[in-house]
Order: sequence, then C-alpha cells, then structure tokens
Amino acid sequence: MALEEYKGVFVFAQQVDNVLDGVAFELLGKGKDLAKDLGTDVTAVLIGSGVKDLADQLAEYGADRVIVVDDPELKEYRTEPYAHALASVINEYKPDIMLVGATAIGRDLGPTVSARVKTGLTADCTSLEIGDFPLVAAPGKEDEQKHNQLLMTRPAFGGNTIATIACPDNRPQMATVRPGVMQKIAPIAGAKANVVEFNPGFTPNNRYVEILNIVKAVKTTANIMEAKILVSGGRGVGSKENFKLLEDLAEVLGGTVSCSRAVVENGWQPVDLQVGQTGKTVRPQIYFAIGISGAIQHVAGMEDSDLIIAINKDEDAPIFDVADYGLVGDLNKIVPALTAALKAELGK
Amino acid sequence: MNIVVCIKQVPDTKGGVKFNPDGTLDRAAMLAIMNPDDKAGLEAALRIKDETGAKVTVLTMGLPKADAVLREAMAMGADEAVLVTDRVLGGADTWATSTTIAGALRNLEYDLIITGRQAIDGDTAQVGPQIAEHLGLPVISYAADIKVEGDSVVVKRQYEDRYHELKAKMPCLITALSELNVPRYMTPGGIFDACDKEVTVWGRADLKDVDDSDLGLKGSPTKIAKASDKVAKGAGEKVNLDPTESVNYLIGKFKEKHII
Repeated sequence: MALEEYKGVFVFAQQVDNVLDGVAFELLGKGKDLAKDLGTDVTAVLIGSGVKDLADQLAEYGADRVIVVDDPELKEYRTEPYAHALASVINEYKPDIMLVGATAIGRDLGPTVSARVKTGLTADCTSLEIGDFPLVAAPGKEDEQKHNQLLMTRPAFGGNTIATIACPDNRPQMATVRPGVMQKIAPIAGAKANVVEFNPGFTPNNRYVEILNIVKAVKTTANIMEAKILVSGGRGVGSKENFKLLEDLAEVLGGTVSCSRAVVENGWQPVDLQVGQTGKTVRPQIYFAIGISGAIQHVAGMEDSDLIIAINKDEDAPIFDVADYGLVGDLNKIVPALTAALKAELGK
Repeated sequence: MNIVVCIKQVPDTKGGVKFNPDGTLDRAAMLAIMNPDDKAGLEAALRIKDETGAKVTVLTMGLPKADAVLREAMAMGADEAVLVTDRVLGGADTWATSTTIAGALRNLEYDLIITGRQAIDGDTAQVGPQIAEHLGLPVISYAADIKVEGDSVVVKRQYEDRYHELKAKMPCLITALSELNVPRYMTPGGIFDACDKEVTVWGRADLKDVDDSDLGLKGSPTKIAKASDKVAKGAGEKVNLDPTESVNYLIGKFKEKHII
C-alpha cells in the first residue's frame, strides 16, 4: 500500500486501573497540532477492559475519534495482548502517525508493536513537528525531498546530543514521547468523539505471561512532575537527615522536594523524586538545584524550568552554566538563611 | 540450562561525543565501557549459573574493539563469547540492530535471553523487546528481580508506581534494570582464563534468516535528519558572597521578578 494512503494522527491512550495517564492528554494536545498541519484528525486508541466510559475524557482533551479495544484479556497491562491490540488497530486503520507515551508501558509496547508492523520507532521524543526530509534538499535532488514528514527530536548519549529523526519510507511513523513535555489543551467540556469499537480477538499463545501478583507502591511521595516549585537536592546535601533543610524551604514556598540520581543511589530519597535522564523530566516555574553538580544526565531532566537557582560550594560546578541565579557557598548556611528570610517576607 | 546475555560496549557518556559526517556516532573515537544495564543482566545470569550450573554465553554486536567487553564478561564468569561484527552492519537503528542480533541468536541454543533495558548511548530501550518480537518470544521488560522456577521464570516487572510479579515459560527474553543487582568484579583467575579463551566472531554471512534490506544504515527505517552537541543554555548570574548577602541578593531578584 502506498505511503500516502496512511492517514491520521493516532495516540495511544494509556490507562491503568481505568484511570487515564496524563501523558495521554499531552499526546492528544500535540496530536492536534500535528493533525492541523497535515489537514487530518486525531484518533485516540483506548485499550483495556471495561474502559469505554473513558472515551468522553479523551474527546474533551482533543480526540476527534476514539477506537476502543475492550476485552477481559486486557484488564492489566501485559505486553502480548496489548501489542496484538495496537498492532491490529494499526493494520486495520493505517495511521500516518502513531504516538505512544514513553512510560514503563510505552517503552515496552512501542518497540514490540513497531517491530510487528515493520516500521521505525523513535524513542523519548521531546519535540515533534511536520517538515521536510532531508531538511535541506540535495542540489539536483529536489524531487527526492519528502514533505509533510514527522520530524522527531530527542536527546541521546545521556543528554549530550540532540538528534532529529525521520521515518520517510515506512508507515506509520512511530514515536514514544517523554511525559511532562508536551502540553495538553484546556479541556472542552461536553466535547464528544466518534467512538468505534474494534476487537481483533485474543487467543493466548506462548507470548502471554501470567500475572501472579500486583504490588502497588504506597503513595507517600508527591508527584514532582506537577509541582510548580521544586527544591531539589544532590550529593552535596550529605545525608538523608540533612534533607530537612530542603523540606523546610519547600514548605515556606509551597513547593516539593526532589533529588538527583546520586541521592537515590545512596538511599536518601525514593526513586519517585529523581529528576534526570533516567528519572523524571520536570518543568516547574522555579527549580532550586542544591548541592547538585549539574551532570548532563540531571540537567536533561530540568533545563526547561522557567527559573533555575543553583546553590553549590564549587564555583566551577556545571550547574552554574544553566542556572539563572547561582549562589556559590555552603548550602548548610545559605538554605536555612533563605528559608528564614522568605518566612519573614511572606509573613508580611 | 543455556542463557545468552546480549551486551553492548558503549561510550562512557560522562565524557564528550563525536559524530561522523552522516550524523551517526563516531564510536571509534571514544572511551568505552560495558553498558550498566547489560552488566546487571550478566550478573543475574551468573547468579543463576552459580545456583544451577547454567551455561552463560555473552553476545555483542559492534566494532572489533567490542571484544574488550566480551573478555570482561568472561573474566566475570561467562563461559563463551560471540562477537558479531561486519562493515555492512554499521549505522544500524534499533530495527536493523535487533534484526542482526536475532539473526545471530538463531544459531545458538537458549532457554533465556537477557538484555539490558537500555544503553547509555542510544537510550531507546527498544532493542530488547524487538529481538523478542523477531524471535517470537515472550518478553518481560524492566526486570527488578529474576528467579528460575523449573521451566519458567518469575520476574518482578517494574512500573512507575507498582510492580507485577510475572511468570513466563522459557524460552523467553528479559530486559534488566541496573537496579537489579550489584555486579561482581572480575577475578584474577577469570582474567587469566578470559585472555586464553576464544571469542567466536561472526559476520553478516553467519546471520540466519535475515535480509540484507534490513541491515545496517540502509536497512534502518529511521533516519537521522540532524544531530549535534547540545547547545548549553545561556548561563545566568553567579555570585560568591557570604550567606547573608547571598540570601539578600536572591530575595532582591525574587522581588524584581514579582515572585514575592
């Protein structure tokens, strides 16, 4: 089938326990932009068991159509029935673009499905747009330049490089997209989508695994990706107990504590609070980097914060290259003084 | 029991990076290590070997110098090593890489294949699941714990806010997280043996059931439009004052920006 016959921007609407993941709304938001540039529409693909009612939410966040694959085999995520569901939808409906959130589910589902439908997949994209490939036509080869291609931008090499990738000769063009980067639209109350039910049939085979047990983390940690102010600590904080200084500062500001990978590896804070290349990507209004050296892998997770304030006793620490305001000095003295000063100012 | 661990030699990404004119990585120019997630996968295999006497084979696709990570793996306790290397395999994206590795694996006997979740250069986490897809195997990604129980494996599969305890019949493929374990050091005896042992070297001709059209740069559906070093975000202001003055400076800035 000719590539031009593949149409539409499709988005995997990830849900767990019948709750849609925020990344689904982010992908719909970005999907709308891409669809507008291509003159096409946005379809959400909703896979699960007893999930049809979630279609309305997807419509409110921008889906023109929702394809629902509903089957008892899909109650909990397992690679094989979900891959069969999504690959079947792709083969049946032939989308031009297929977006999946780069979550622990998406980074397993995405590659399995892209290999099954024999197309390319670009991982952890932080930017998507419609453009030409090659970016600049080679002289004398203008007619070989393809238009209306999905250009997928992503960091690699632990964040040291930025690459823009295209998938000119295969369809759909698939990308996994980093959560917390794309913007969801303001929901349109009462919006309705065209809901289509599709079930390719699920017959367990050797690739189906058995779920023996599901253990959920006890929710004691905040969601750092939703915080407007983050007070983040690194190895320089020195100990789990010393994080109290950061907690006090966060409390005065109405912020949340987060941390670097080194802190998690030392066991001072849980992994849910980790910011960085293998942690979470955050873009708060204010990011305090306290006792954090600023390794590329950490910076990759927070450099889009509106305002970055660094406190570090090493004036050559790379964090100062990305900070808007840098304070060179001992965090054990500066942080409590800052907390006290802010308490005084805000108490006024 | 036969375990094959797929490992990768990667540039240590704490250093700088270099590119070829076509936008692909200039791997030959950089300091190299065994990818951390893969090393954890190897350690998991070696622990199963310690308990059950399983045979552990390590396999890598790379430049000839990737021989070094195979030697390191054997010095840690791997029994055999395979290097898949060929000019026509270079510049591969994850489709072409997984096709290549699957082609090599079809020559080996395996009950369990272990790969790392992701490599610190590509950072895609795609090759493991794609190898499983090419070979028609069940795949369990993000493994935080692996146990062998008879003809099955029981794996703790990590998600952001929970884990699943999964059981899969072998043969199957598991992708390992570096959090899985603390890998052992090479032993002096191991290093000695590793120097003596033969590494099996395979080229394109040894790959089973693969098409040339799926290999290397030409066989990669994803193509690099542009690649460059990250442009550092512009540095702001930096002050080196005593704590009280530093705090006053910052409060002043907050007031300027109407934060307080």
